[in-house]
Amino acid sequence: MRQLLQTLLITVLLSLLVTGEAAAQCKGFAKSLCKKELGVYLHDGNYHAAVLVEGEEAELYKTFYSDLEYRLAICGADGLPPIEFTVMDATGKVLYSNKEGGLTNIWDFKLEASQQLKIVVKVSTFGTRDQLPASGCVAIMFGFKAK
Amino acid sequence: MIIMNSKLKILPLILGVTALSICLAATSCKGKTKGEGSKDKEETVSADEQTMEQIKSAEKVFNALPTPLEVAQLIKEAGARFDATLLNPVENKSNYTTSKSMALNLGIFVCDLSFASMYDETSLLVNYMEAAEDMATGLGILDAIDETTIERLEQNINNRDVIMEIVSETFLNSQAYLEDDEQHAVAATIITGGFIEGLYISTNMVDMKNFKGNKLVGTIADQKMSVDDLIRLLETYNDNSAIRELIGPVRELKTLFDRIERSTTPSSAQLNETTGVTEITGSARTELKPETFLTIKDKVAEIRNVYVK
Repeated sequence: MRQLLQTLLITVLLSLLVTGEAAAQCKGFAKSLCKKELGVYLHDGNYHAAVLVEGEEAELYKTFYSDLEYRLAICGADGLPPIEFTVMDATGKVLYSNKEGGLTNIWDFKLEASQQLKIVVKVSTFGTRDQLPASGCVAIMFGFKAK
Repeated sequence: MIIMNSKLKILPLILGVTALSICLAATSCKGKTKGEGSKDKEETVSADEQTMEQIKSAEKVFNALPTPLEVAQLIKEAGARFDATLLNPVENKSNYTTSKSMALNLGIFVCDLSFASMYDETSLLVNYMEAAEDMATGLGILDAIDETTIERLEQNINNRDVIMEIVSETFLNSQAYLEDDEQHAVAATIITGGFIEGLYISTNMVDMKNFKGNKLVGTIADQKMSVDDLIRLLETYNDNSAIRELIGPVRELKTLFDRIERSTTPSSAQLNETTGVTEITGSARTELKPETFLTIKDKVAEIRNVYVK
């Protein structure tokens, strides 16, 4: 019984520490590393970051406006396999996939008319099944050219 | 025996906390789980494999709204002139004592700050940053805005690029702190405050004598899509009482925006090799009638006045 309690207690503490630590790392990762990828584009101030597991997907919906020129930056933490992303319009038509660009993590674009786009982000896989899937922070950031 | 009894008493608590920790780890950040991937799995699949399958099928969905800086830039692009009387007076900050009012007005003050920085209204910057700091401190977001932020702002008061960078960081820090602290509803409330303030300022900047062909009117009509995004964001946290109070009036606003007729042609993307920028073509035709605009303007003012009172 004593051993069981010790094991449970350690599990609890580790779970809480890992969750808190991962969240804190995501914030730092987005601010210090991913934001730099926006370069001369002004970060809009939004924060979208999550701990994703190898093979996991996330979706983001946002309306983009015709008067602005945007940069999308998607960054994965060290230890994660490359991050794939696809941008679709409201009808599901694929407008861009970073597979076309050698899995680049930035994409610059502008629109003739304002429209809502869907961004699907997927952590690719290392392809090894004999160990636990890798996990880490993935941040999605937007910048626009301020005039 | 006494030790054994006390251990038995805390056992359910430990098991409960363990289960909660695992749940939190599996649905971290503001992800919304889609699908129930493990239901049809064969019983021979081990518990560990099932857990990994569940984590993999837990799809995260984000709804992003235009931020105050983005809205300010759009309005400036549309050629509208700045009017300081439209901002929420900083003297009102002492009225906000509940978490909900502080969150709404943090969004509002950051929006006002964004407009002031975009239009080079330097005399307003420090006061609005201090008002935002007070709201953030009241919400316990201690690292979003501090004395260093104010000092940096004062030192760079005539450097628009640095000012906008500071405003962007302020919003990012607030959002990041709250999202990482699992306070998603508070983060959504700040976004709502900022978005409504942007709509309030922009609808009040429209000169009705110059309505037809007014670029700003087109920008406001485009917010129809963002109002849909806002509804989706708020509905994600419908279990929160403060969010439930916000949804009703925003839904009423959506019904007014739904009167705007919008038709689009299919879009396609073409990379401009010279600039490296992908150009997404596809036109849109939007029709916002003056009477619809005025009802939207009134509804926005009604919502905003509840937030700032």
